[in-house]
Parts: sequence; structure tokens; C-alpha cells
Amino acid sequence: MEKKTLVIGVIGADVHAVGNKILYHAFTDAGFEVINLGVMVSQEEFISAAIESNADAIVISSLYGQGELDCRGMREKCDEAGLKGILLYIGGNIVIGKQPFNEVEKRFKAMGFDRSFGPGTSPEEGIAALKKDLHMED
Amino acid sequence: MKPVLLIDFGSTYTKVTAVDVDNAVLLGTSSAYTTVATDINEGLDNALRSLRQETGITEYSESFAASSAAGGLRMIASGLVPELTAEAARCASLGAGAKVIKTYSFELTEDDAEEIVAYKPDILLLVGGTDGGNKECIINNARTLAAAGGDFPIVIAGNRNAAKECERILADRETHICENVMPKFGQLNIEPAQKQIRDIFLKRIILAKGLSKASELVSDILMPTPSAVMKAIDLLANGCDSISGIGELLAVDVGGATTDVYSVSDGHPKRPNTMVRGLSEPYIKRTVEGDIGMRYSIHGIVDACGIEEVSTRAGMTPERAQILVDKLSQNTEMLPSDEELASLDEALAGLAVKTAVTRHAGKLEETYTIMGVSYIQTGKDLTAVENLVVTGGSLIHTQNTAKIASCALYDPLEPTSLRPQRARILIDRKYIIASMGLLSEHYPGVALTIMKEELIEDGLAK
Repeated sequence: MEKKTLVIGVIGADVHAVGNKILYHAFTDAGFEVINLGVMVSQEEFISAAIESNADAIVISSLYGQGELDCRGMREKCDEAGLKGILLYIGGNIVIGKQPFNEVEKRFKAMGFDRSFGPGTSPEEGIAALKKDLHMED
Repeated sequence: MKPVLLIDFGSTYTKVTAVDVDNAVLLGTSSAYTTVATDINEGLDNALRSLRQETGITEYSESFAASSAAGGLRMIASGLVPELTAEAARCASLGAGAKVIKTYSFELTEDDAEEIVAYKPDILLLVGGTDGGNKECIINNARTLAAAGGDFPIVIAGNRNAAKECERILADRETHICENVMPKFGQLNIEPAQKQIRDIFLKRIILAKGLSKASELVSDILMPTPSAVMKAIDLLANGCDSISGIGELLAVDVGGATTDVYSVSDGHPKRPNTMVRGLSEPYIKRTVEGDIGMRYSIHGIVDACGIEEVSTRAGMTPERAQILVDKLSQNTEMLPSDEELASLDEALAGLAVKTAVTRHAGKLEETYTIMGVSYIQTGKDLTAVENLVVTGGSLIHTQNTAKIASCALYDPLEPTSLRPQRARILIDRKYIIASMGLLSEHYPGVALTIMKEELIEDGLAK
């Protein structure tokens, strides 16, 4: 089976590089083709990389609490750029303060994110979700 | 003594250079108007006659030529995302010595295709998608181009998974498949496409542009002139076998219609807390500013910098400067005959250098993160480059070269532009760089020795 391609990176002015590296290795080991844009990535960079590489999913990390602001309009921009229906994930400390995660999830769902993951999620959870959503057999 | 002749068929002048390769010395240089419309040999004969008067040499053991006559190598680049594969295509074309008429991104429309056919390019470079990535765009563009007609060759250097299909769609056309210019995201791979472009230039374009008539005299027409310049500056920077080069450098050629900038440098960040964004940069990079030139594109300099900037530097009123600029754009053969024109030309040349180098060099953007101030760099950091080579009529026929050239350097008023902090200025007074690039194909040691001797140092600018 052809490898599924993921575009990953840390959005906005966020410089948390460690988790990004861990995810890169975890996704690569799990058999994905991973384009890692690193830290401080803009929405436009995610989208451009996904267009050129014909990516199957964009997996965004955010650790510094501004994720909600940074991700506004992301789905609309994807639609505009011809990436209609591309799988969009977000994970990390994606909002400010302690908020019930089911509410956060709901807000990100409304913003067009297929799945959101809170703090402390293991890479395996993300991988399992990707495999399910991309209809990959184990 | 073993005399070798080097010829550069330029758009305006045919320049000839004689070199003794046994003793690694320059024997003489000369030039005459290029006569591509009638018989290119007329201009060449005129140039050779005056070279003979200077050197007394009638027979050469070898002769090599470069050409940018009849418009040079005119190309169209077509890619997917503007700052990714479309930029890679543009970069590849410029690096192959081409004049890029226009760069297209995303899917070509029927109107785009009609426009392309009307431009009558010499070559079209068709790219898009990383290997295994997007195929739709390049395949769609191949279809649109096939439907639009035209007879220019097409170099296919996009997603390898779509290459064969593009070739089938364009079965009626001359096509060449190359490795992808961006095989992986952000990774530039332009040499294979450039090699292909150069092959086509040699096989097809020289014939088509009436240059083959000169071939009896010339052992080999080797490359487009800008390629020769790139070879020369690469050699000058990096050296060969036993002779060392001068290290990283920036070169600027201010012409009548365009200003070319070349940098030989990895361009990596020199400042801590800096992250690099965008496409990886080629070690030897060429950019061409089609709107910045001393005569045909004189208005472009004014548009970019403003007439007040020009007039202040030239020490005249803006009204007077405007009148003179208009006059020079009408009379492109006009040379600075009096003091007023000379100071205007100097001001314009300085601004041409400044504008072209600013566009060529990388930029820094300040951003605030929870870790404090960070910098995002796009393009090449040239701040530590210590050699600046300048050429072009307006720089080599004046005594104020260093003053004009220093406009290429770092300006505290524009701290985000990553231009050299300080540099030794080397002037190509005899206009030999392109010839030395040609010579380096067979005699790199000789070419380097001559350049080190003939490029005259004109002080240190900060």
C-alpha cells in the first residue's frame, strides 16, 4: 500500500520543539511519510506543504495556549486552496487555562478540525486515530 | 605561447578576449556591435580586427564562445505553489543562464497558455508536486499546453509519478524528462533540469538564432553568457586543484536592461535564535532584476527608489533628474558626457546595485516568542561575505566604483536586509568575467590566475 503523507508542525509563534521531534519519529516509525515543518509554522506554510505533497492529513501542535487564535480560519483556507476534506488534527495545550476538554473539542470541531487531542495524549493514540480515519489496515 | 580566443556574443556588443594559456596572461580585449540581424560574423570580424591591432595575433589554437545575443535564452517557468515549486522552477531557469519571461503557478488557464505561446519562449520548464505528491496540477498543465500548441521544447521536472503521463499528453512535442526540481518538500534539486536546459540551448537554440554561421571560426559554442559568468565566479570563490579561491563572494552586473546578482555562499544564519524558512537556497544563486537597468530599464530604478532619492544622490532638483532620466531612456546609447550626467549615472548605478542586491539577499523578521526574541530568516544571509565583485559599463568606466559598489552593503537603516557588512571590492575593469568562465571549461587554472590578476581591488567598503 502506498504510504500516507502527513504534514506536521507547531503553529504560530510557538517554539516547543521536543514534542514535534517525538511526533516526527513516532509517525515515521508507524509507516507514514512525514513532512515536518518544525516550529513557528504559519497556516499558509502548512497548506503549501500539503498541496505540493498531496498530503492526506495536517497534524498541528500547539503548546503555548494560543492555538485557538492561531488556528482560526484554517479549514476555510484549506477549502480555498483546494484541499477540500483534508484531515485536520490539533493537539497539545491548545487553549488557555483549565477548560473542560469536551468543550474545547467542540469548539475546534466547529472550526473544522476532525479531531483534537488534549495534554498528555500519547503518540499511539494519534496514530490509531489517523489509521482509522485514513482507512489504513494494520 | 598558446593563444586562445574567447568570444561573447552579447545582445549589444560582441566582446573578444585573447589569452595565452601557456603563461596564463591576458593578451587583450576588444568589442564591436553585435550584428545578429544580418550576419553575426560581421560584428565578430570587426571586434577581431581591433583585437589584432592590439595584440598582433592572427592565429588562435582554440576559440570558445558564449552567447546572449538575440534575446539570450528566453524561458517560461510553470510550477504549483508560488513560493515552492514555481520558485524552484524559476531558480533552476535563472541558474541555467536563462532570462525568465514569466513564472506561472497553480493550474494554467487557457488564457495563460495562449499568452505563453505568444511569448514564443525558447524552453518551458514544467514542474509541480513533490515526488509522490500532487499530480493533478502538472498533468492539467501538460494538457493545457498540448491544446495551446507552439513548438518550443518542454522540460518536465516535476513529480516523478506524473512525468510519463505528461510526456504522453505532450507526445506531439519535444519533451525531456528530468529529476524533480523539488523531490522532497523544501529540498531544491535543480542541477539535472539545468543540465537539460543547457543541452537544449546548445542543440537547438544556437542554430535557431543564426549563431551557427559563426561556428567555422569557433571550436565550440559552450553556453549562454550568464552560465559563463556563474562558472567564473564559482571558480573565483572556490578555486581549483592547486590554486585557492578568494572565498564566498557576491557579484553584481549592472547592465542597460537588467541587473544580475550572483552569490556564492551557503547563506546560513549568522545570528543565534534564527530559524530559516522557505525553500533551501542554492549555493550559487543568480537573480535577475528585469526592471533595473541603466538605460532600457532606467524608469524601473526610479519606480523602485523614487525620483527624490535619485535627485538627492545626484545633487540636482527632482525636475531636472526626471528630464534627464527620460532623455536617457529614449537615447539608450548615450554615455555620460558631462559632469551632470556622470553624477546622475552614478546615483542611478548605486540605486540599481542597492535594489538588486536587496532583492537577492535574505531578510530577517523579528518575532516574539515565550522564549524571547527570535528571528525568522528567508533567503540567504550574506552578512559575512567579504568579497564584492562588480562589473557592467556604469561601474567599470568610472573612478567612483567603490562608492557605487558600497550601495550593495548593509545599511543600518534597513537592518533586516542581510547584505554584506563589509567587503573588499573587486572591479572587472576589462570585462573579462564571462570569458574566464568560458576558458575555465578547459583551462580552469589559467582562468583563475588571470581573474586574480585582472580583477582590481578598489578599497574596502563598510
